[in-house]
Amino acid sequence: MSRLNEGGLVDRSKPLGFTFDGRPYRGFEGDTLASALIANDVKLVGRSFKYHRPRGILTAGSEEPNALVTLRSGAWAEPNTRATTVSLYDGLEATSQNRWPSLALDVMAINQLAAPIFVAGFYYKTFMWPAKFWEKLYEPLIRRAAGLGRASMLPDPDHYDRNHAFCDLLVIGGGPAGLAAAQTAGRAGLRVIIADDDTMLGGRLLSERLEIDDMSAAAWAQGIAAELAEMPNVTVLTRTSVFGVYDGREYGAVERVQDHVARPSVGQPRQRLWKIIAKRALLAAGAIERPLVFGGNDRPGVMMASAVSTYLNRFGVIAGRRVVVFTATDSGWSTALDLIAAGVEVVAVVDSRSTRHVAADRVKAAGAEIFLEARVDDVQGRSARAVDIRTANGTIRTLAADLVAMSGGWNPSIGLGSNLGSRPVWHEPLQSFVLDRTPPGMAAIGAAAGRLSLAEALADGVSVAAAIATDAGRPSAMAVAPRCSDEATAVSPMWHVTTRQTKAFVDFQHDVTDDDIALAAREGFVSIEHLKRYTTMGMATDQGKTSQLNGHALLAAATGKTMAEAGTILSRPPYLPVAIGVFAGHHRDEHFRPVRRTASHAWAAEQGASFVDAGQWKRAQWFARPDETSWLDTVNREVTMTRNGVGICDVSTLGKIDVHGPDAGVLLDRLYINTFSTLPIGKARYGVMLREDGFVMDDGTATRFADDRFFLTTTTVNAAKVMQHIDYARQVLWPEFDVQATSVTEQWATFAVAGPQSRALLQTMLPDLDLSNEGFPFMAAAEFRWHGAAARIFRLSFSGELAFEVSVPANLGDLFIRTAFQIGAAFDLVAYGTEALGVMRVEKGHAAGNEISGQATAGDLGMGRMMSTKKDFIGRVMAQRPGLIAADRAVLVGLKPVDRAVRLRAGGHLLASDADAVAANDEGYVTSAAFSPTLGHSIALALLKRGASRHGETIRIHDPVRGGDIPVEVCHPVFLDPEGMRIRG
Amino acid sequence: MRIPCPYCGERDVQEFVYRGDAAVSRPADDKGFYAYVYLRKNVAGVMREHWYHAQGCRNWIEVARDTTTHEIFSSVIAKQTAS
Repeated sequence: MSRLNEGGLVDRSKPLGFTFDGRPYRGFEGDTLASALIANDVKLVGRSFKYHRPRGILTAGSEEPNALVTLRSGAWAEPNTRATTVSLYDGLEATSQNRWPSLALDVMAINQLAAPIFVAGFYYKTFMWPAKFWEKLYEPLIRRAAGLGRASMLPDPDHYDRNHAFCDLLVIGGGPAGLAAAQTAGRAGLRVIIADDDTMLGGRLLSERLEIDDMSAAAWAQGIAAELAEMPNVTVLTRTSVFGVYDGREYGAVERVQDHVARPSVGQPRQRLWKIIAKRALLAAGAIERPLVFGGNDRPGVMMASAVSTYLNRFGVIAGRRVVVFTATDSGWSTALDLIAAGVEVVAVVDSRSTRHVAADRVKAAGAEIFLEARVDDVQGRSARAVDIRTANGTIRTLAADLVAMSGGWNPSIGLGSNLGSRPVWHEPLQSFVLDRTPPGMAAIGAAAGRLSLAEALADGVSVAAAIATDAGRPSAMAVAPRCSDEATAVSPMWHVTTRQTKAFVDFQHDVTDDDIALAAREGFVSIEHLKRYTTMGMATDQGKTSQLNGHALLAAATGKTMAEAGTILSRPPYLPVAIGVFAGHHRDEHFRPVRRTASHAWAAEQGASFVDAGQWKRAQWFARPDETSWLDTVNREVTMTRNGVGICDVSTLGKIDVHGPDAGVLLDRLYINTFSTLPIGKARYGVMLREDGFVMDDGTATRFADDRFFLTTTTVNAAKVMQHIDYARQVLWPEFDVQATSVTEQWATFAVAGPQSRALLQTMLPDLDLSNEGFPFMAAAEFRWHGAAARIFRLSFSGELAFEVSVPANLGDLFIRTAFQIGAAFDLVAYGTEALGVMRVEKGHAAGNEISGQATAGDLGMGRMMSTKKDFIGRVMAQRPGLIAADRAVLVGLKPVDRAVRLRAGGHLLASDADAVAANDEGYVTSAAFSPTLGHSIALALLKRGASRHGETIRIHDPVRGGDIPVEVCHPVFLDPEGMRIRG
Repeated sequence: MRIPCPYCGERDVQEFVYRGDAAVSRPADDKGFYAYVYLRKNVAGVMREHWYHAQGCRNWIEVARDTTTHEIFSSVIAKQTAS
């Protein structure tokens, strides 16, 4: 065990058991999986992406590239989880990835021998020939050999929640700058949200031996956290990562609500997506320490110096017994002092700089050798065993060591700041990139702004938050930052140890080496963006948080550019990997989108209806009876019983719009191609709307109930579109019209009652109405009362039969259908679904969605003469374009198979009988087809060139995909009762 | 993105339906319809656009938006600016 007996923030009185690759281990409450593994002396945690090299834990934060594990198992398995951010819980189950058969013995490590072919751009250079081998052989092989964890392929059993929040100030990061800012703004009374990845607020204060206001920094942080928790205007979100900045001061964050337990408790989501609208935001995300590029820098036992300190100070674990610190910064020396203070043997401090650090004497007194202007060339051993140090005079000293703590400097965590497209700029003193312009409302503070010392962070937090409070009209009383430890933060660039003998890695997770960068540069990939894609540097799940800058520096060196010239890349959301499930939230399975049910839905379900989706609506498709073996039998029965007796169909899904006002009639004249201002009260009329480009948009009826009161219907799918169109017409095109419009689709339940017995049935149901042909002729409409509520009846027919449509308030719809069937038993009433409705409309040649395709004109659909020449209407001018009135346009016709036994299907193209099946001879296509039980054979509607003059001609349907050519006879599109005798009967 | 609706206040863009250029107007006579229906400038910068608050007050609004940054400069009810 490498756990110290005291120190840190773990609770040694609460031991937790966990397994890694099936072996049991123990840790403590407060551990991460990484700290617990280190405490158990587990050094080998994963295998690398391409070369399957053994890898250990590199960092102590969310930037971790190496220590990726699969957490949990079965449906709960979550691949590519960073061990450094997983809170340990009792029973935690973790498995290593990308190895076979085991982590210690991974046969794919043979890839290392083939390293020459896995260089940058190997996808483009290797496996090129023969081309067909790529898909079948090479790609599957490569994908199996190179990769990370695998998804469980099982449905996610957990729930995900979503929350929308608004605040005056969002503080991203709970380190010293963030805490000072949140406290200042919170005390000033602003609505504050502070979000941090970690399980508790504090950031680096939890990991370093610093003092604030004469107490330990960790204690100070806990004090502030407690104060924030008490403030009603402050929301503290721990375990929460802000992953993206979006337009309009929107921030996306994911809260890992129950990731730190084996199974979420009942009623709790595993994660929660936060959509935060923040007037102002402070990026206080701190900085990420960058590695040094030397031979074997990826070996287990090579760790970031800050991580070594974190494991020591926060978790009370020591990551090695004999430590070499390799640093280009002052902060590496802090790690050396931390280790010495804990009694760990520091073998040497290797500083690439020449200036002797102030702590050098103390470090030397503890027994460490000091090497200035020196570097670590190579690490020996599969896990670190010894290091080769190149001293100032060029000689090599080899020292035994099992841990190398490296510190190449600090990169401000600016990723979120470039989400909206502002490219970061080079900052010479810091040797890193910082934000130039920030997204609207956002500012960076503390280390994220390149102000690395604790004092600067605290001062930033207080002063910037105080200014924001003042802007918001809430001047803050607190404007003095707390006193704190002094820190040196100097750094000199040390990008590359060129004298190394073994592989030196830049991007650990994607196995990109210094040689790969040099090769890419030699091959001409000299732009940062090209380099990234060619070498795949920074394109793994860690998005290059530790690798990016080193790669840029190597490229700059290889191309003779300065860092400022080479520039850096932009960062897109998400900043950290986010599970797809949390974006989906509750919108999955039957909740994927809203479901709209008609008023008769429950009744239809009781009758055994099959339902079909029509947009969001569920419509009864047919009502099968137990003795019926195929849906076609059912539909044929529904059609036949309706045509011979009476049928009823719920048509409530049609769009319904009330149009009121003195100019209602004039508005309708502009919307429809035909005239409505002359429509008598108590009458309905069929109407067609065009788009302004002259093509048909929608059709339906409009009924006049008063001088200034019309009621419109639209097709089901276009209900919202027509509403929007009407609003545009009355608000934008003709704002002078005094007219209002509102959707009443959901207010009315509407039933079509069709068939020769429909009048008799309805007259029995509604004895107070006069439904005689004289009293209530075709296209008549009336308002009446039913069960004390307003109701409407129309004599409209889509089926071609004597038919009525009855509308009652939606809450009476269920009662209406049940009442109809109580009375209807005597009339042999049948319920019919959308399929029978469709058959009857094809028999009657009515255009529907298949014909109103957006490419058909009113003329194409046989309604050209409805277009008024006496008034303006939308689409009038453009409908007269030569191409839209050309003589050879495809127009609506009917088709009958020459061999009546043959089934017709929609989609086939039309050819003259003797024409070759080439596109040049195409004369149109079949739009709708149905079996007509009334006629006893298949029928179809089609759009055929010059179709109106070709009735009687025999042509053929060309359908090579589904069964070849079918000879058909062209006919009038109205197959049944073309004179309309039934409708008017 | 968020859009300030003059009637409802600032709302999420998901509540709105986009139409496009608000600068074109329907010609009074038969000439000019081709340009009205088909010709649009592809503005990189501030553009007056029509948006429909479909999930809110159902007003058509005219929004001045920078198409390169999504910054919104003004938002008025279209009926009040239309001729």
